[in-house]
Amino acid sequence: MAATVEAPTTTVEPIPQVAARKVDAPATGWTSWVTTTDHKRIGIMYLVLTFAFFILGGVEALLIRLQLAVPNNDLLTPQTYNELFTMHGTTMIFLFVVPVMAGFGNYFVPLMIGARDMAFPKLNALSFWLLAAGGLVFYASIFFSPPECGWTCYSPLSDTDYLPSGGVDAWIFLIHLTGLSSLVGAVNFYATIANMRAPGMGWGRLPLFVWAILTYAVLLILALPVIAAAVTLLLTDRHFGTHFYDASNGGSPLLWQHLFWFFGHPEVYIMVLPGFGIISEVLPVFSRKPIFGYKAIAAATLVIAFLGLLVWAHHMFSTPSPSLVLVFFMMSSFLIAVPTGVKIFNWIATLWRGTITYTTSLLFAVGFIGTFLIGGITGIFVAVFPVDWQLTDTYFVVAHFHYVLMGGAVFTIFSGLYYWFPKMTGRLLSEPLGKASFWLMLIGFHVTFLVQHSAGMEGMPRRVYEYSDVQDLAILNLISTIGAFILGFGILLTLINVLISVKKGAVAGPDPWKANTLEWFTQSPPPVNNFDSVPRIRSVEPMKDIRRQVIAQTGAPEPAYMTAMEAGRLAGDGH
Amino acid sequence: MTGALLLAPVAGADLLSPESGGSPNADDIDTLYWIIFGVAVVVFVGVEGVLLYSVFKFKARKGAVPAQIRGNTRLEIGWTVGAAVILVILATVTFIKLDAIRNPPNSSASGLQLADTSRRLPPSGKSLNICVNGQQYIWRFTYQENCDPKSAKNLGAPFSYEEMVVPVGTTVTLDINAQDVAHSWWIPKLGGKFDAIPGYTNHTWFQVPTKFGDKPGGTVFFGQCAELCGRNHANMTARVRAVSVPEYQKWLALRKANIKAAEVQGAAQRKKLNDSNANSQPADSADPGQNPAQEDLSTPQP
Repeated sequence: MAATVEAPTTTVEPIPQVAARKVDAPATGWTSWVTTTDHKRIGIMYLVLTFAFFILGGVEALLIRLQLAVPNNDLLTPQTYNELFTMHGTTMIFLFVVPVMAGFGNYFVPLMIGARDMAFPKLNALSFWLLAAGGLVFYASIFFSPPECGWTCYSPLSDTDYLPSGGVDAWIFLIHLTGLSSLVGAVNFYATIANMRAPGMGWGRLPLFVWAILTYAVLLILALPVIAAAVTLLLTDRHFGTHFYDASNGGSPLLWQHLFWFFGHPEVYIMVLPGFGIISEVLPVFSRKPIFGYKAIAAATLVIAFLGLLVWAHHMFSTPSPSLVLVFFMMSSFLIAVPTGVKIFNWIATLWRGTITYTTSLLFAVGFIGTFLIGGITGIFVAVFPVDWQLTDTYFVVAHFHYVLMGGAVFTIFSGLYYWFPKMTGRLLSEPLGKASFWLMLIGFHVTFLVQHSAGMEGMPRRVYEYSDVQDLAILNLISTIGAFILGFGILLTLINVLISVKKGAVAGPDPWKANTLEWFTQSPPPVNNFDSVPRIRSVEPMKDIRRQVIAQTGAPEPAYMTAMEAGRLAGDGH
Repeated sequence: MTGALLLAPVAGADLLSPESGGSPNADDIDTLYWIIFGVAVVVFVGVEGVLLYSVFKFKARKGAVPAQIRGNTRLEIGWTVGAAVILVILATVTFIKLDAIRNPPNSSASGLQLADTSRRLPPSGKSLNICVNGQQYIWRFTYQENCDPKSAKNLGAPFSYEEMVVPVGTTVTLDINAQDVAHSWWIPKLGGKFDAIPGYTNHTWFQVPTKFGDKPGGTVFFGQCAELCGRNHANMTARVRAVSVPEYQKWLALRKANIKAAEVQGAAQRKKLNDSNANSQPADSADPGQNPAQEDLSTPQP
């Protein structure tokens, strides 16, 4: 009857004892920038640092032009003048054009291929800090004695017998540090592009900018070890008693020239190929057409890179070299004109029968084609070695390579800046200010450098701190100096534009240009992980596919192109 | 700007081409340059024209539809071949001109006929050879067939600094070398530049037409070093004075005599100095670059 009620048994569950560690809160403020391994932040740091060097190099250039404004000027001493053009050349090449391309590459390559970061994020940070260290070491030399041997630093002038001060050594360490920086970055780019592409993105669907950066990386890997070796030999020549470049002890100054240019010529293509890539991205977007001859452009990039390794001695046509050598390098230099020409024709064909919107980015791209063409044509003159005997080492050559590097690299960098700024900051750059900047830069550039061809042909060598009032040199140089200041003012407008627009620009949205590549698939600026999901890539223009898919699924009408413009965000589209 | 340059009168034609007129090789380079220039203008006008046309013609307008063309193989092959053909033409022209630019011709009948055998020579094997030596920041010219710097400084050979004097109508071959750093020999009107690099000898030639020696004193051609060689690179100038053959011979004889006299005087001074040193008198250091015209050294009085 009486039921026994079992007393409830309580089982004590062991409470798991977890040794909790405090998770570090993410760093904020400047420390978050210094310690970052995020490719986007590193890209932005690259761009900020390189543009700072661009301003420095520009100021140096303006000082050079001031000294040359009138004949027999004594504004600067010969020593200061030599230091200035050495620093200008070195800064613009090693601290601006090459790394700024790495900056754009860092930011956009992972975004364009649908990756969440670079393959080696910490190496990426290392490559940035090595660049900063190189710049620091080099610019520290202005407090004791900058180098005076030009950016090519030809031996024997660069030996301690003639330049005993530490300036050349600072230059050597700059080459080492920036070289290591680029090398690490190049390996990183290669690994990233080879391994981290979105599903479906085969080699034939790689954006052309990524092709260009891939080629840039390969060229760096091939060329940089040579300059690293060359400056190491120079260092041992200067301080440890070797005689690699010392003719009186069985060495050869020509060895330096060969080693230097074996790196130095690919370096030229290292500087312009990524620019070609930027143009290949910008033109299709603003003419609303696919790029004309995708495969031809990608192939031309690779062919230029290959040939770029075979033309170094065309910088040395006036040296005592056998005729056969001169002929070989003339022919290989000629060959390079073919793929370069193909690219130019393809870009023009991309514009042909499109509907072109005159944004600042497109203006810079078209300005680039027109300007770079002149640089290419003068390149044919200097490739013909008997003619080059008259032109080499004169202002004709100065004009030629400024057409190629300023018209070829700087204009593309500015085109890319106006094109990608909305993605990086979420805000658009001011178009009216941008257009003013473009026209001042274009006019200023041509006024500065067109007349320099004539100055060179009238007998004005490079790297002279003064010249006599003979022939037309006085007027040509004065025109050139005036042009330089117009050009400088144009660049200044873009810098002001950037500073204003970062905070106050019109909000861009994820895809202001209705572009074709994957970086526009995410927010502006992109979140830390870039993409929450990566679409399957079906063509060279994934964004077009995505927009088409959205329309098919929702039945929504396709948003009109350039809604931003109609909303009045972009004033003045060329009327 | 371009328009102004293109419309420049013939007097200003040198704005558009390298200097020439003092020697056949400079003239040939100029001709070659103008051939390339002709091709370049066609390419420039064509490509820039198409570029500007397409930019203005295809500006976005209401209702315009962009043509979705992805490429055209025939067109691609066409312009690749086109570019290659242009370059083949330019290369051919260069090879045709090359011999005349690179290899010296015989001296004209009125020129000096000197025999030289060690370098790129005119067909007759006769040229006037001058050793050009670049030093910071001056050019030295030695009138000598053997330019080996080790050959006891070519003592006794006539030499000059800054100004080279040559006879007109004569093929002059130059052996170019450098004393310290790299320099580059360049007289624009007499042809291209040739680097002077320590440890190497570079060669070039020129031949000034006879008409330039007509007036007494001849014609002076100016040039300057074209390779960065240090702080005073800008002022490392060179002059070539082309004079008539008799005038040249007179100059050379005078030069030889002056150098001889200077050597005699130098020897006398050295002897004097040695004597005074032997008297254990401290002597002023003798300046090796003494101008022979100067009077004797001021020797310290015993």
